Amino acid sequence: MQRIHRLETDQLKDQVPEFSVGDTVEVSVKISEGSKTRIQKFQGIVIARKHGGLRETFTVRRTTGTGNIGVERIFPLHSPNLTDIKVLRFGDVKRAKLYYLRQKIGRAARVKEKRLR
Amino acid sequence: MLKGLIGRKLGMTQIYHEDTLIPVTVLELGPCTVTAVRTPDRNGYSAVQVGYGAAKEKKLSKPLRGQFAKVGVEPRNWLVELPCDAEDAYEAGQTFDVGIFAEVQSVDISGRTKGRGFAGNVKRHGFAGGPKTHGSKFHRAPGSIGACAWPSKVVKGKRMAGHFGDENFTVRNLKVVRVDAENNLLYVKGAVPGAKGGRIVVRVRG
Repeated sequence: MQRIHRLETDQLKDQVPEFSVGDTVEVSVKISEGSKTRIQKFQGIVIARKHGGLRETFTVRRTTGTGNIGVERIFPLHSPNLTDIKVLRFGDVKRAKLYYLRQKIGRAARVKEKRLR
Repeated sequence: MLKGLIGRKLGMTQIYHEDTLIPVTVLELGPCTVTAVRTPDRNGYSAVQVGYGAAKEKKLSKPLRGQFAKVGVEPRNWLVELPCDAEDAYEAGQTFDVGIFAEVQSVDISGRTKGRGFAGNVKRHGFAGGPKTHGSKFHRAPGSIGACAWPSKVVKGKRMAGHFGDENFTVRNLKVVRVDAENNLLYVKGAVPGAKGGRIVVRVRG
């Protein structure tokens, strides 16, 4: 068991940007279509971080159009396809999972910005 | 080159392979020592007997002790015969490690499946069972096991409840994902019979 665990930790990314639930992030994902690869960016609020170790994932939610169509994407944190995570804004939240944002529309679906001292 | 190796199953995990996360089983194989060679002249067939794991000499039977002493090999606690080509010359005392899988695409893996005791049809044969609720009285029973006056018996081989597991089983055509010669580890895609720490035989396919 311990040996398996060690094999998994070998595959973890050395550096993962520090971000937490509530933050607004821009995620760069490598997408390969046929032989071509390109970088796609996805921006939104992190509403959940799940699992641990190699299997850790996070969910990013954004709203499109008039702000009432929600799009959520789940990214594996340690995937080699995930090239970059930029934190654009720190959020001040009191929940570990922001699933309540799904019920909110428009201005209500915002997260307070964290004041850094 | 030897056509297989024996060892233990370490367990399952996931690794990123070619940018996708795939399920793998990690196996600890070898290093295996050749403890005997079967030749067509003497035995009527070609095979290599390999040994794995260290054994206490006092726990071995006298014939085995004699065999190890004769070929000058450290006592091994598990011996398996692997088929080989007659032309290849092997000698007792030779050692093989996972390096033999470096060029190999896929393997067949044999092991002893986990014993599940006396199991019903749903678990043992994958029967669907009946509804659990809505007034149903038919849950996990096998249902009808045959016709009536003719043949007035249950046909042979009818799938029924009984002992499940703890039997030899071979999974074929598992892809080799990675060979870690330094730590004697072989990564194959998919599941392998048996519990963690269980003994397994890996054979090169084809």
